[in-house]
Order: sequence, then C-alpha cells, then structure tokens
Amino acid sequence: MTTNQQFDTIVVGAGPAGSSAALAMARAGLRVALVERGEYAGAKNVSGAALYAPGLLAELLPNYWEEAPVERYLTRRVLSFLGQKSALSIDFRTDHFTQPPYNGFTTLRPKFDRWLADKALQAGASLITSTVVDDLLYQGEQVIGVRCRREQGELYAPIVIAADGANAFLAKKAGLQHEFKAEEMTLGVKEVLRLDARVIEERFNLTDDEGMATEYIGFATANVKGGGFLYTNRDTLSIGVVTQIASLAQQRVKAYELLDQFKQHPSVAPLVRDAVPIEYSAHMIPEGGWAMLPQLSRGGLLVVGDAAGFVFAAGLFLEGMNFAIASGLAAATTAQEAHAAGNFSPASMARYRRRLAKSFVLQDLKRYRRAPAFINNERLQNVYPELFCQAAENVFRSDGTPRRKLGRTIYQTMHNKVSLRSMLRDGWQAARALFF
Amino acid sequence: MQPIEERLELVRFRVDKTAHIRVNSEACRDCDTTPCVYVCPAGLFELLGGEMHFSYEHCLECGTCYVACERKAIIWDYPRGGWGVSFRAS
Repeated sequence: MTTNQQFDTIVVGAGPAGSSAALAMARAGLRVALVERGEYAGAKNVSGAALYAPGLLAELLPNYWEEAPVERYLTRRVLSFLGQKSALSIDFRTDHFTQPPYNGFTTLRPKFDRWLADKALQAGASLITSTVVDDLLYQGEQVIGVRCRREQGELYAPIVIAADGANAFLAKKAGLQHEFKAEEMTLGVKEVLRLDARVIEERFNLTDDEGMATEYIGFATANVKGGGFLYTNRDTLSIGVVTQIASLAQQRVKAYELLDQFKQHPSVAPLVRDAVPIEYSAHMIPEGGWAMLPQLSRGGLLVVGDAAGFVFAAGLFLEGMNFAIASGLAAATTAQEAHAAGNFSPASMARYRRRLAKSFVLQDLKRYRRAPAFINNERLQNVYPELFCQAAENVFRSDGTPRRKLGRTIYQTMHNKVSLRSMLRDGWQAARALFF
Repeated sequence: MQPIEERLELVRFRVDKTAHIRVNSEACRDCDTTPCVYVCPAGLFELLGGEMHFSYEHCLECGTCYVACERKAIIWDYPRGGWGVSFRAS
C-alpha cells in the first residue's frame, strides 16, 4: 500500500452531502479523498433544485451566496391543486425571506455541486473525478477502503462515507439497505427552459433576485401518483414531474408524456410560454421517508444524503439538499471524533445516528413519517384536487341564479364524489400526517 | 407530444463502447407488464415481437428500470467513470 492510496477518510460521491463532509473534514486537517464518477462534480446530479435552510452551509462558508452559483432566493412559495382545466392555489409571499441567510435558493446542480466540490478541493481534499467506486474493502467486519473501477483502484481509509446517491449501491452491498421496491421510489423528470430574466421577474411577480417555487398536486401527473414543480432560476425555469415508479408502471404512462401534458395545462402554459428547452434530465428520488430508512453505519462506514434516503417529501415540503448537507456535516464530525479517539468501531460510528437524531434530519422524517403514505392516498392524488377546483368554480360562478351559502355549495360539490365518511377519514389522516 | 429523441438531443452523452445495462431477455419473453418500457425516462426499452430490445447509449442513469423490473431481469450498473451522461444545465 503506497501513501497516495491511504487517506483518513474516503468520501464516495461529490454531491452536496459528500462535498460538505469532505470540506468540513479537510478543514479539520484530515486527509480526505472525494471520489466522483462524473467527469466533474454535478455531472450526474439532478434535483428541482431548491436548497432550503441555506444557513447550514454558511457555518463553513460564510456569506457563500455572494459568490456561489445560486440562482434566486425564494420569497414566494405556492401550492397548487390542479384539476383538468382549473387550479386552486395557496400563494405565499414574504419580505422576511429577503435577507441573509435567506430561507432557500433555487440552484442548478451541475453548477452548484461543482462549485461546492471545488471548495472541498481548495480546503485540501483530493478530488478524484471520472472514477466509479464498485465496492467496499473489508477487514473482517470492518470497512477499510473502497475499490475503484481502474487498475490498482484500491483506496484505503479507516472511514468511508457513502454519499453515492439515490441508488445507494454501497449501502446495499454493505447490507445496510434493502433492494428498493417500486412503491418506495419516485422518478423525477425535468426540463430547464431558457427565459429572459426580466420576463421571469414580471411573469412571476418577483423583484430582482427573488425567486418562486411552486409544487403541484392533482392533474399535474394525470392519474399517476406524484406531483409537478416549477421553480424560477436566474434566466431559466425548472419544470418537472415527480411520479411514483410503481404507479407509472401500473398506469402504463411515460413520465415525459406527463411532463408534456403538465406544460400544456391551462394554468401552467402561460407561465412557460416562449421558454425554450435547453436540457432534459431525470433522477430517482428516495421518497419513502422514515419507513425506508437504512441502517446508517457499521464499522468504518457512514451513509449520508440520498444514499441514506434523506429526502423530506411531505406535500408542501420537498427537501433533500439541506438534509444532504446536514447529514454530511454530521458524518464529518463523527469522523473527526473517531480519528481523535482512534476508534472506528461500530459503536463509534453509531454516534453519527445519535447526532442526526438531535437534528432536523431524523426529527423531521420521523415527525412527518405518515406523510409519504398520505400523499399517495388515491383520493388526495386523483379526486380532491379536481373537487377543490370544482368547489371553487361553484363558489365563484356567477350566472344570475340565487347563491347558496358557501358551506352548502362546497359540501354538495364534494359529496357528489366522496362520501362524508371518506372525507372524515381523509381529514383525520391529513391531520395525523401533517398537523399534529 | 415531443418525441423523446428530440429531448435527448439536448443532453450531452459520452458513449462508452461497452454497455452498462444488461437484460436477461429470457425472463422478458413472457413478461406482460413490461414496466421498463413505461418507466424509463429515456424510452430505451421496447418490446418488439415478444423480444425485448434496449439501448444504453442515451441512458440518463437514474436506475428506475431495475427498480421497476419485477423479474429482476435488468442488470444495471454505473457506466465507467467519466462516461455516460453529463448534465450541464439541470
């Protein structure tokens, strides 16, 4: 074993989780290898992509938003229920999200992830791109390194951090995660559309660098379980649909056809008019939440980010990058402590989970553990959005006939399609999933 | 509907000579649900005359196909480092 194959920690995957971990550990003086299979960090990475809780990263990179390739800071959040020809939205906008550290940014991952990996590199980590890690190396039960797909591709370190993304191959090989079921995973497909920055600001009621994130439920994905999203970037829009893989297969629909339909919806089409597609992309998302959480460590190994299923998909929340960063930083701290104590045992690595249990990462996932199943409720997906829109239509319809009171109008619209019993049950489920 | 081929023209691929997707086509022969055909976001799978045809060149590397395949007939791995898809604007 030569010294250029020996590190203090090896991080597999230079997404937000891996690069945050590598940056923090390099700053702490550890010898870090950051291994990335793309020709550059971010080359394989796709998400909406909204980065919430941007202050997390500011602990390592104060005021990073002044130089980082972030697109717009989010001041406007919209949740929209789509019927076939109508939409009913909750549209929130605040001036309180306009000041550093902000509440969220839109980003484009190939740019943002590359920038963050470069920060790790500048801090002293060895960034090794164009390199696939095929497996872990063991001594007994202890992970002691990785095998890269190249001649003499063995790299050694007492700690490996698996930040290898949604497919979680390393966690599966280490026996920490099960083979995924099509009900647990969603597929996101997305287009980035070029549109003049001024047009974006006027069209979406934004001032300067302000941005908007809209999540859609209902007809956004026809009768397939899932939802749509539309985010504003500097001079592009990110638009996409996220669909449960099992549901897609069941309905025998293609996700990109749903995306086409979504873009043509009467409430979406005017927003993307004249915007020119510049890239199409796809990615798998582990949206199962708490129920599909893997074991997070074993001797010499920690699992972070998407690889650990740290995606918070709870309807009006759709977060992942902040979970990735927070888990990467927690893993980095665990690695530092382990090195200080010279102890890489399963018990030492298990401190990582305890650290996460004190942070929003595990607390949010646990608290909202009923949300993923609730969001995939058949009626919430395919019945209520249309009914909400119909109810609104009946309330606002003005046709010269006497008006009933609102309660009766709304109740009758709903009751036409759903029994009171079902409504109460769904209301209770919503309450349990999201409210208390 | 925009054809998928047109969409994929917007994406940069560095195509390796060896495929990173393998399919056990024996298992596909009497498969009547063919989830891979529907879930692949690049439309890479096609059942023609009872025979599963697929290409790997324009794979977006999401992994959805092998998760969806109930028969576990798809053997899917990452392409060689530096090869395959490179997103630039997403």
